[in-house]
Amino acid sequence: MDIVEELLKGNRLALSRAITAIENEYDEAMDIMKKLYPHTGHAFVLGITGPPGAGKSTLTDKLARAYRAQGKTVGIIAIDPTSPFTGGAILGDRIRMNGLTMDEGVFIRSMGTRGSLGGLSHKTADAVKAMDAFGKDIIFVETVGVGQSEVDIVKAADTTMVVLIPGMGDDIQAIKAGILEIGDVFTINKADHDGADKLVREMNMMLDLDGLMTDWRPPIQKVIASQNEGITETIENIEKHFKYISENGILAKRRTERSKNEMLDVLHSNIGSYITNKLVETGKMDEYVEQIKARETDPYTVVSNVMKDMLK
Amino acid sequence: MAKVRVLVAKPGLDGHDRGAKVVARALRDAGFEVIYTGLRQTPEQIAEAALQEDVNVVAMSILSGAHPHLFPKVVNLLREKGMDDVLIIGGGVIPETDIPALKEAGIAEVFTPGTPTGDIVDFIKANVK
Repeated sequence: MDIVEELLKGNRLALSRAITAIENEYDEAMDIMKKLYPHTGHAFVLGITGPPGAGKSTLTDKLARAYRAQGKTVGIIAIDPTSPFTGGAILGDRIRMNGLTMDEGVFIRSMGTRGSLGGLSHKTADAVKAMDAFGKDIIFVETVGVGQSEVDIVKAADTTMVVLIPGMGDDIQAIKAGILEIGDVFTINKADHDGADKLVREMNMMLDLDGLMTDWRPPIQKVIASQNEGITETIENIEKHFKYISENGILAKRRTERSKNEMLDVLHSNIGSYITNKLVETGKMDEYVEQIKARETDPYTVVSNVMKDMLK
Repeated sequence: MAKVRVLVAKPGLDGHDRGAKVVARALRDAGFEVIYTGLRQTPEQIAEAALQEDVNVVAMSILSGAHPHLFPKVVNLLREKGMDDVLIIGGGVIPETDIPALKEAGIAEVFTPGTPTGDIVDFIKANVK
């Protein structure tokens, strides 16, 4: 099967195989990406992030249904943590989205973090591109349940939605740096639980302090995802944000920044592995390691010399 | 860098997923990526999820007695979708006398109650493509 040709024709198995090639870093992945790249850049990418158990998957399910009702096609990338000890993972986000499986306009792919620290890897970005080239109108990237500082999602998404739930801390949490800074749109899920109004007040206080820096004030929407409450309003907020960034040149700026990051990611990983492979092949790796261990030289000198030799 | 991906699914209508969860956890600890889809899945849903997730293995658990109907149906649907190289295994309350027919239908192995989870891991490692 010619993966690229079949993918562009709308073959779902080809899309699935392309993402596997990306994830497993098969040799053909680079070639697939080269050929798919000209067909990308059409999809709207929505990042959904928040702490574990906030309801990101349930919300994704409901939002995806709402977009399907508008006739838009949907791709979903759902990320769950890989064990740092065994390399295994339980990818369980599909459980909340089983009702979408038989909808031909929806494609869901679960991914493990496989060692990436910011909650996202360049492989996720490439999987987004594969779905984009496939022709999906909207691509959801649901991150792993995050703590305070996993903010990589903003690099991959056009609009980032932060999902919070009541009862996770006091107002000092709300003024800390980290994921609360990246929300273009906020959703307070499980709004029938105690403390939802208090959380809205605290978030508003935080946003008041941000008020002078930008003319986009992230809206805060109370939602009960499991009961489909607040979904229409959330979609309106997402669309308002997309309109705002499109009209103010922010989307163009974000996409420029993304193109730069894409190039740098490929550059770093390719040059890194090129040099590493050369060192291993020539046996220099062990030699340098021994010299460094014996304090005859140091890693900085070795790397400057290697770069002088190899990157002329 | 290739990782074994396993879809763990409960076809049919019985509501007992303790066994499936124990197996899912054992497979995770063996370093596999386990996609867990939960209870009451139709064969169509299982085959479509297997395609979207591009899994190497589909592991199904049934306690209701519907295995002679549902297991072969999943096998056929996977083949129709072009997923010919997927290892398909089953488990649950399955009478010994039913096993030969299931194997004939394309179920690579059937694990009945009392099977150590390590046996399932070993079987997957030895037979996955």
